[in-house]
Amino acid sequence: MDQILQLLWLVPVLPLIASVILVSRPGWSRRRAHSVAIGALGFSGIISLLAFMKTLGADPATTAREVVTVTWFQMGVAPLQIGWVLDPLTAVMLTMVTFVGTLIFIFSTGYMASDERYRLFFAYLSLFAAAMLGMIISNSLLLLFICWELVGVASYLLIGFWAHKPSAAAAAKKAFITTRIGDIGFFIGMLWLASSSGSLLFFDNGSGCLEENALGLLGSQVTILGLALSTAISLLILWGAMGKSGQFPLHVWLPDAMEGPTPVSALIHAATMVAAGVFLMARLYPLMAAGATGTDDAFPVTGALIATTFVGSITALLGALIAVAQTDIKRILAYSTVSQLGYMMMGLGTGGPAVAMFHLITHAFFKALLFLGAGSVIHGCHDVQDIRRMGGLKGAMPVTFATYAIGMLALAGFPLLFAGFWSKDAILHSTHTWSVSHLPYWIGLIGAFLTAFYMTRQMFYVFFGGNRLNESEAESHPVPPPHESPAVMTWPLIILAAGAVLLGFIGTPAFPWFQGYIDRAPSTLSLSALFESGTLSVMILSSLVGLGGIGLAYLFYRPIAFRPNQQVDPLQRRLPRFFDLATHRFWIDELYDKTIVAAVGALALVSDLIDRKIVHRIVECVRRAVQGIAWVTRFTDEHLVNGAFDRSCDGFRWGARQGARLQSGQTQRYLKIVGSSLVGLVLVLIWISRS
Amino acid sequence: MLSWTVYSSFIGAAVCALWPNLSPTGTRRVALTTALIGFLAALVCCFQYDVDSEQTVQFITEKAWVPSLGIGYLLGADGISLTLVLLTGLAAITGTLFSWNIETRTREFFAFFLTLIGGVYGVFISFDLFLLFVFYEIAIIPKYFLIAIWGSTRREYGAMKLVLYSFAGSALVLIGLLATFVEAGATSFSVLELIKHPFPRDFQLWAFPVTFIGFAILAGLWPFHTWAPTGHVAAPTGASMLLAGVVMKLGAYGALRFPMTLFPMGLAAWRDEIALLAVIGIVYGATVALVQRDFKFVIGYSSVSHMGFVLLGLMATSEVGLSGAVLQMFSHGVLASLLFAVVGRMVYARTHTKDLTELEAMQLARRLPFAAGTFVVAGFAGMGMPGFSGFIAELQVLIGAWNTFPSFAVVAGIGIIIGVTYTLRAMTKAFFGEASEFADDPAPPLTSITGPEKIGAVLLITATTLVGLYPRILLDLIVPSLNSPMFKPLLEP
Repeated sequence: MDQILQLLWLVPVLPLIASVILVSRPGWSRRRAHSVAIGALGFSGIISLLAFMKTLGADPATTAREVVTVTWFQMGVAPLQIGWVLDPLTAVMLTMVTFVGTLIFIFSTGYMASDERYRLFFAYLSLFAAAMLGMIISNSLLLLFICWELVGVASYLLIGFWAHKPSAAAAAKKAFITTRIGDIGFFIGMLWLASSSGSLLFFDNGSGCLEENALGLLGSQVTILGLALSTAISLLILWGAMGKSGQFPLHVWLPDAMEGPTPVSALIHAATMVAAGVFLMARLYPLMAAGATGTDDAFPVTGALIATTFVGSITALLGALIAVAQTDIKRILAYSTVSQLGYMMMGLGTGGPAVAMFHLITHAFFKALLFLGAGSVIHGCHDVQDIRRMGGLKGAMPVTFATYAIGMLALAGFPLLFAGFWSKDAILHSTHTWSVSHLPYWIGLIGAFLTAFYMTRQMFYVFFGGNRLNESEAESHPVPPPHESPAVMTWPLIILAAGAVLLGFIGTPAFPWFQGYIDRAPSTLSLSALFESGTLSVMILSSLVGLGGIGLAYLFYRPIAFRPNQQVDPLQRRLPRFFDLATHRFWIDELYDKTIVAAVGALALVSDLIDRKIVHRIVECVRRAVQGIAWVTRFTDEHLVNGAFDRSCDGFRWGARQGARLQSGQTQRYLKIVGSSLVGLVLVLIWISRS
Repeated sequence: MLSWTVYSSFIGAAVCALWPNLSPTGTRRVALTTALIGFLAALVCCFQYDVDSEQTVQFITEKAWVPSLGIGYLLGADGISLTLVLLTGLAAITGTLFSWNIETRTREFFAFFLTLIGGVYGVFISFDLFLLFVFYEIAIIPKYFLIAIWGSTRREYGAMKLVLYSFAGSALVLIGLLATFVEAGATSFSVLELIKHPFPRDFQLWAFPVTFIGFAILAGLWPFHTWAPTGHVAAPTGASMLLAGVVMKLGAYGALRFPMTLFPMGLAAWRDEIALLAVIGIVYGATVALVQRDFKFVIGYSSVSHMGFVLLGLMATSEVGLSGAVLQMFSHGVLASLLFAVVGRMVYARTHTKDLTELEAMQLARRLPFAAGTFVVAGFAGMGMPGFSGFIAELQVLIGAWNTFPSFAVVAGIGIIIGVTYTLRAMTKAFFGEASEFADDPAPPLTSITGPEKIGAVLLITATTLVGLYPRILLDLIVPSLNSPMFKPLLEP
């Protein structure tokens, strides 16, 4: 089975090859194009599955971690090594990404069927998958960063896929720049880690940066602001993860990214890419936890983990609050994603990677399901995205409705049956036992309530009541009635829906198999664990909160289902100020425009002015001065130097003329001169001899 | 073999200038052949270069030239020279390809062009400082004519500014050069000899800044950078490619070869100040690029920013930093050439405008898809995306800088973000503009991208990708040279 480890590099490389082929063969038919893309990813999926089985079969007492290391190039004096790693974290993430990815690829063949750049779309999707998978297997922070950046590029290309829409081009730009702002923290953290631990390999037989030796060193050194070195580095890398995973205050790009085609939203902005930040944190968990104090706690507490938890809490609440007042079907889901990613961060900070990864995996399934369902709705409604104009789709799109309902219940945390309940419960449970503060726990409960509320609201708007597609623009050309999507789009929905239910059962408190698998601890089935006091009370409370949210939304929005003409949202009627605030996303985008964007713009203008006015002036002054000097020298040259020369020349000429006049040839004159000369000579001699 | 890079260029220039009845097409062919010969010679040298040898400077040709003054005709190359010689070859080929459309005074154009190339080759392989200086001057003069005759926007101004800056730099270099010669006993101009002479600290303290700044003016050191954008903008495409591609490298290379290796104590004393200027250049160039309306100015200022990384890497004075700096010279050479090729040749020559606002309405992504694709690739490569040469180079520069001055590395990181911003801004505006209301009204079709342009773009993209994915092809040349005794004093102050 060791071949699997050796072949693991194929997982990202196969989609990459597919991508290159698709770009270089523009003449291919659509069928051939998507066959290549799906085939490549499917094959990667098979390898991933084999790798997953291998880690399953590993002895639970070991770390089940194997690495392959290669030298890339000589960096200064030391060789730069990169490589890949196979451990439970990698295996489970690979399996999820390839599985969900393949379904989304299949869905795309239906959704994008009429797009003229079909091949290019699959090329970009494959590129994205390649980068994402590369990120997952990498055993080097540098390689991870490289793939991380390529993920960003692919996402840029895909969000801006319909670049003829200015909003799409702007959203792509915003997404890329915002995540890059995060990446720079990541990058600096990486530089710091490289220079202080000497290695960017995670695991390298004891000398990697995530292994005992390096961690001990990093955890014990104190650097600026009294932070442990490991904490400082972790915080920088957390900043990068916050950018990618849409955490406050870097969340602004994610909702705008919904301008991309819906399968892209499902793949990138729900299931995989945005989870990359959480994955990174999970991968670097040993670093974040290094130097923890108070080892008697169940989970370590460090500055970095506390920061992660609170960032996650704020994001979870903020995302949920904003989602309540949105009207675009995809934007609601986008803010919900922001909020759920916050939960994952909370889980990571308080309960370690297993908790976060559990929610990541279940969320990937039900959020991909919801997005694809939304895609199916949009497709069926002929590109309408405003939920106020939908309604009554239950009858027209039965499969979509059923699967969407499952996704909604999973996300809303409907008790016991759905995956989302169990994974959210795990997070709430770990925040409950967290020793630092109970605030995240309460925020988590409020968030859960809001989640249930906004999802139910959306369900009522979209699927119940009468259809309102043609109400607002009756005079313009009417939109044809909604229709169910083709089988190629509904089947992925059904499969994902199955996952959204079943996946929960691998991580219930009664049988925490998933946690045991990630943390390498054997897990046993014990139903009694369900009824331990802490566990049970959290479960009951979160159930009540979820049901309460659903119930309240039912009370609010049920009338809508029957009185479709109602223009004002019931919530808006009751809480107008809050609703306004949430509709405008708490004015955060505007705040950034007025501050950071304006500041950079001003700096740029100032620099430009400096260049144009000051530097240019100086250059101009120097030029003037040189010119001035040139004029002066020219003057002196013409009038003094040259003048003197001319003058002396004139003098010579005059003298010569005078001399020439003497040579007149007249003997009398010669004699006169001789005579007068002699007289003069005599006079001189007399004058000399007198003294 | 090495010397043939220089000889062939000068012979080619002479043929272009003097051969009777040479047609424009013939001239182009001569130029391309010459460029190919130079590149092949460089390539052969790279293969013949013995990486493991103790003697890092190889292919030495030595002839006495003015024996009384110790001036020799001393050519040679180490890994650093070879990297840049290779770059020059590449820039010569692609520059010729992108100048294929020059119709006015074709013969003179290519004569000047090849003279410039010859001078640049000469600088990179001279190990006699006087000879280096002579080649340096040979490289400056044709620039003036290339810009003043075939240029565009304010060409006389740009040409004159560039030449004046260059000569001001040369003057400083010359002063330092003669002082060094005298100080060392006035027996030899050879770097290999001078390096053995221990220059007193007082001397180094003034000689280093004078010569370094003299060279660095040509490398676009802030605040002596303004010649670069105006010069680049005014120049015809082929000349911009050479200017940004290789001429700016002359400055950085000269600074590394002469003041930095000979005056390590001066370097140690002035390092922080120069690094600060380099970092200012990185951020400043990027911010200025952010608000330009002229497409070419964006690229021009981006060059200032990218050359800041070269200087920062040099100032890091560690193996990593220096190898990053040398790699960045190569990388920027390739990418700047590519960007100027897109902007100057593919876009400007067809649309006759460089104004981003005007380009915005033109829907160029649809009408010139190849140009848009090339610019997207070059733009991403330029902003330091992994997979391209810029990433490896900037990574090394920043790792080097991090160890020496962490805060500068952080500020340079901010420069990278602004780099992303201006690239995307220019990219969106120039190619992915909003469809205007008259979108249905078919705009006059633009000439499609020609064969030479495609070949040139593909060559440059291949180069940057190859180095980005497999940097060993250059680093295996560069790193051993940096470990040679010549750079020891520099690395251990």
